[in-house]
This record gives sequence, structure tokens and C-alpha cells, in this order.
Amino acid sequence: MRVGVITFPGSLDDHDALAAATRGGAEGVGLWHGDTDLSGVDAVVLPGGFSYGDYLRTGAIAQHAPIMAAVRAFAADGGPVLGICNGFQILCEAGLLPGALLRNSGLRFVSRPVFVTVERRDTPFTRGFDHPGPWSVPLKSGEGCYHADPATLDRLEAEDRVVFRYLPGDNPNGSARNIAGVSNEAGNVVGLMPHPEHAVDDDLAGGDDFLAMFAGLASDVPEHESLSR
Amino acid sequence: MPRVAIDVLLKREILDPQGRALERALPGLGHGEASDVRVGKHIELDLDVSGDELATTVESMAHDFLTNPVIETYVWRIIQPDERADANS
Repeated sequence: MRVGVITFPGSLDDHDALAAATRGGAEGVGLWHGDTDLSGVDAVVLPGGFSYGDYLRTGAIAQHAPIMAAVRAFAADGGPVLGICNGFQILCEAGLLPGALLRNSGLRFVSRPVFVTVERRDTPFTRGFDHPGPWSVPLKSGEGCYHADPATLDRLEAEDRVVFRYLPGDNPNGSARNIAGVSNEAGNVVGLMPHPEHAVDDDLAGGDDFLAMFAGLASDVPEHESLSR
Repeated sequence: MPRVAIDVLLKREILDPQGRALERALPGLGHGEASDVRVGKHIELDLDVSGDELATTVESMAHDFLTNPVIETYVWRIIQPDERADANS
């Protein structure tokens, strides 16, 4: 399993994402925003950071990077794509995930561990979790307030596409219905605001609750998925 | 070459925490008469097109890139040199 991590100008957590993929048992492959192909990787991660300085809107410029055409084709073909924090914002701007991320309702940048529940465990990024949690994961973002119109939110809930949720009473940024992460219709594209790549090593401050995400991704690739690409 | 001004605001149903913060600050500065404060973006650009093509170009640019239709709404107009927001600078 080769996991590609895209570096955009202003990406910060690309190296942590590569390290997390390795720690989970995969081979981490660095990809560049100016590339036009994905080097044959089996999964793609759009990491956290402040691509293009968050100019215009978070993710608005990155979604037009040359590599994004290959990401769209890979996602349409069923390839696993994960967006973390800024990567989630990019996937929403690109229309690969529904909704958008707004300024935190409290106006402050929030940097602290949060607990999330894993609401859906049949995606490539959540099949490694053996129970819904809550699991601890660092959050560090100023524009993490998930928004979608009520009809879209109802559809996401009905189609079981809310993948991660903050705990009731501990919603750090005002996200609609405590949503921390969602998936596309097929379940192969997932985005979340907290940082799983910072929660893969118990010797570090983030703990290792999310090692299961990368271990699950690295193992157990259903044969039909690999054949379909 | 026509110059176009595009004003962008969050949709009305979306909470604008910046606008709310200003709304709360204004009475303390002696402006209790202000309400319904919204903070947005003002974009100006010259466009090397004219006629019907102008509206199509602006709308395509605004819809696909300058604004996010999921959360934002906009109005645009052609402006004269003395209507630039920086005309008096």
C-alpha cells in the first residue's frame, strides 16, 4: 500500500502525514501540487496547513492546482482520498465533499485535543477502528465550523455520511450538528478538521488513538477496490 | 477597459461572527444606532471584454472562483474611476 501525500505551497503537516502512513504500515510517497499524476499511489492524503496563505478562502486556490485533476479522476474511480483540516477545506471547495468550512463561531483559533466518535467504520479510513470511541485527536484550526444547508445535512445523516462527530456539549467551533468529518456518497472520499496524523505516537502529546486510521488504511485493501483502478 | 466591482457577503442565513463582534462593539463606541452588521469582501478588477461577454465573464469568474456559492452571495457592477474604493487614497 503506497499512500501519497500532496504538498501545496503552505502545507504544514505533509511530513507528519507521511510519517503517520509509514507508522501505520504503508509506504509514504510525497506528491507535489504541480504534478499532473499521482505516481500510481493506492491512496491520497491532502494534509493540513495554510495552502496559498488561505488567500480568498481556505482551499479556494489549492483546488485549482494541477494535481487536483488527477485527484478528481482518482476519487471518481473509487480511490481512497483523505482531507485533513486544510485538506478537508480543499475537498469541499473542489466539490468532492459537500458543505464548506466557516470561521469558528467563537472567532478564536482553537488548538487543543478534542474527542470525536467514529460514526461510520466501513470507509478505507475508518475500517481500522474497532469501536466508535470517543477517540482523542488534536484540533488546530481557525476556520473549522462545518456548514451545509439543512437539506444537505439531512441527506448526509440519512445516507450515513457523517463519519466523525464532536461530543455533544464539546463542539469546539460551532460546526452544524457537531460534525467533525464527512464522506462523499461512495464513502471513498473522507474529510475531517481534527488531525489524525498527530495522534499516532503515544510518546508524543497527541496520543495514538488514530494510529488505527493509518493501520486500517494500510491493511485489508478489498480486492475489488484494487482491481477497479 | 471596463472596471468591475464585486461585493461578496456570507448568505443571510449564515452566522457571521465577525459582523456580530462589530455589532457588539459599536454601541460602546457611541454607535448604538447600528444593527445587522455583516462583513464581506470588495473585489475590483479591470476586464478586457465588453458587451454581453462582460456579464458572462464576471458571473463565471464570481461563481467558480471568487465566491463559494455554498456560503456566499455577491453583487457586481461596472464602476467609473471615481467610484473605485481607493479613489481618494
